[in-house]
Amino acid sequence: MSVRVQEADFDIAAEIAAMRRGNPKIGAIASFIGVVRDINDGDAVSTMTLEHYPGMTEKLIGAIIDQARGRWEVLDALVIHRVGTLKPTDQIVLVVVASGHRGDAFAACEFIMDYLKTQAPFWKKEVTPQGARWVDARASDDEAAGRWRN
Amino acid sequence: MSGATVTLLYFARLRESLGLAREELVLPAGVQTLQALRAHLAARGGAWSEEMAPARKLRAAVNQTLAQGDAPLKAGDEVAFFPPVTGG
Repeated sequence: MSVRVQEADFDIAAEIAAMRRGNPKIGAIASFIGVVRDINDGDAVSTMTLEHYPGMTEKLIGAIIDQARGRWEVLDALVIHRVGTLKPTDQIVLVVVASGHRGDAFAACEFIMDYLKTQAPFWKKEVTPQGARWVDARASDDEAAGRWRN
Repeated sequence: MSGATVTLLYFARLRESLGLAREELVLPAGVQTLQALRAHLAARGGAWSEEMAPARKLRAAVNQTLAQGDAPLKAGDEVAFFPPVTGG
């Protein structure tokens, strides 16, 4: 299990290869990559800057992974979240979950991402032709995380 | 517990509008919970009243764990206030 918050980009192929190496119990790997779009709420986005709460971020994502391990078979999990200034097409976040079977891998990967979106202390500030603005939280993200409560 | 010193952290939009990222605060008598602390900060006026107003959507953490208004505060706590999160 591993959580990294970093400015540098990441390579999904290298990360998955490292996770699989020497672990013959893995039968399924599910992954998610979040990417910067060039438009948000109808305005063109030229760059976005991500800020976080060092220490709490890593602790909270670790706790989300622990919750996922309590619900599904998770042999290994990795979350990488970038901070700093990013531009459209840049990768922002990577979630990789390894399990014995695909059902657990898919579910745990989506669960981790839904909880990260609504709980992990990251904030986006985007630059548009109207100037810089903090991105507002979305109700649809709360609803996505709420699905897992039953 | 009055006279206890806590560290306050402000993030994102909050940090910008308050013009402050971090401060040490001696809790005044009667300020023993997160909710009471928020009311105390709101009474500073200006941007503080605006950002800490009860109607304003705000999240808080005590010692890096998400916390609700009734969370008790003690000496040495790290208390953070921030807007709803927007990562991912």
